[in-house]
Amino acid sequence: MRAVPDCFRGLKAAYRREMTAYFGAPVAYVFMTVFLVALGLFTWEGARFFDTGAASLGPFFVWHPWLYMIFMPALAMRLWADERSAGTDELLLSLPVGLPGLVAGKWLAAWTVAGAALAFTLPMWASVNYLGNPDNAAIALTYFMSLLMAGAYLAIGAAASALTSRQVTAFVIAVVVAFVFTAAGWPLVLSGISGIAGSAVAETVARFSFLTHFEAAQRGVLEWRAIFFFASVIVFFAGLNTLWAARRRAP
Amino acid sequence: MLEIDSLTKTYARRAAVDRVSFSVARGEVLGFLGPNGAGKSTTMRMIAGVILPDAGDARIDGHSITAARAAAQARLGYLPEGAPLYEDMTPPEFLAFLASARDMPGPGRRRAIDRAIADTRISGVTAKPIGALSKGYRRRVGLAGALLHDPPVLVLDEPTDGLDPNQKRAVRALIARLAPERAILISTHTLEEVPAMCHRALVVDHGRIVADGAPEDLAGEDTLEEAFRKLTRQEDDAQAEAV
Repeated sequence: MRAVPDCFRGLKAAYRREMTAYFGAPVAYVFMTVFLVALGLFTWEGARFFDTGAASLGPFFVWHPWLYMIFMPALAMRLWADERSAGTDELLLSLPVGLPGLVAGKWLAAWTVAGAALAFTLPMWASVNYLGNPDNAAIALTYFMSLLMAGAYLAIGAAASALTSRQVTAFVIAVVVAFVFTAAGWPLVLSGISGIAGSAVAETVARFSFLTHFEAAQRGVLEWRAIFFFASVIVFFAGLNTLWAARRRAP
Repeated sequence: MLEIDSLTKTYARRAAVDRVSFSVARGEVLGFLGPNGAGKSTTMRMIAGVILPDAGDARIDGHSITAARAAAQARLGYLPEGAPLYEDMTPPEFLAFLASARDMPGPGRRRAIDRAIADTRISGVTAKPIGALSKGYRRRVGLAGALLHDPPVLVLDEPTDGLDPNQKRAVRALIARLAPERAILISTHTLEEVPAMCHRALVVDHGRIVADGAPEDLAGEDTLEEAFRKLTRQEDDAQAEAV
């Protein structure tokens, strides 16, 4: 009976604390600005948004996994590493709240910043509607999946942050793990794997890829499997995060 | 109020804390003395539920830190060594964070924060981020955090470390004001403040209690500092002889 309110209390306290940290200092604003500039550059320069001649956000969404792979670990790297280096983890562990709530609260705060950054791209959606007749249902679905995918990248980043007291180390570990999950669905990698180990192995690898699960949404297909996949990744890494954050307490 | 029963913690096969037992009654201020690395902070961390003991238990107001951690932690005010704080928050923001983690309800929360700010005399710096405060003020913000929920037991790890004489006196006065209703455990390096602040003192060395008594009894004929040196050097001397 007590476990649920305990957990929720920790979540609320940690969420408020992290929101102060993100928005009290310029961290969140700098993050959002750099992220939006990078996304804009890739969309216009990399994917030739206007040259496609189609009213579609395809050239915009195609970059999301690759940018998240770098930006989400940067957003999450301070979550636990900073507590360790400042010694405030001792303060957290002395509070009558459970670790799972703290893990969820910190992750949710980072996800809020990521969601806010994504919300600033909504004018793109408005412009394609002005220019033509896009498939708005598919776009809405892709936005939703993009947000969910950002949460998965953040869960990886937060877990890596609980491994070390150095933010840079946490960032590098998270980017490497995120790259593995992203590139697992890259055609270049997949054709290489299928050439060496056969197509069955390549298909298995692709099953764990963020790219593969994100692409279905871009075609306007609502895949429950993809939603379940990203949710599972979030829960799995939140579990690792809790275990790794608890190491200080364990005998 | 605070009962410690055979607390033990071993790191790399070396006992950092070795079957330490003692208790602190309501109205008592117990000084926890010992050289660096004697096991003071490790003992305090186990009492606060930050690290789990290998064996033994601590009961805070009757609640076991191993069997009912959250209930025990709810009744404890803890100031960790060095008073770690969130530097980007102002003192009221920091206290509001602790209040929400401790589930203090709305109107009571506001009153508790105001009272902790008044008790620790930090009302002049409430608009500044903690990172911009002097060491003395930061220590007092840490103390405000420990007092916020009006706990019956306080565990303060070196609350006067690094403070100037005026700040030390202010912290000692605060502890004296808090003492009658609470059980307080304080670790310190500064031996001269022990008689002024504590009713009783424990000396630990190599993870074990080597002396327990009123500060004046511990000192006997010597000064407290001489007594402390004799008590905590015995083992080193014995080791030196063995070599």
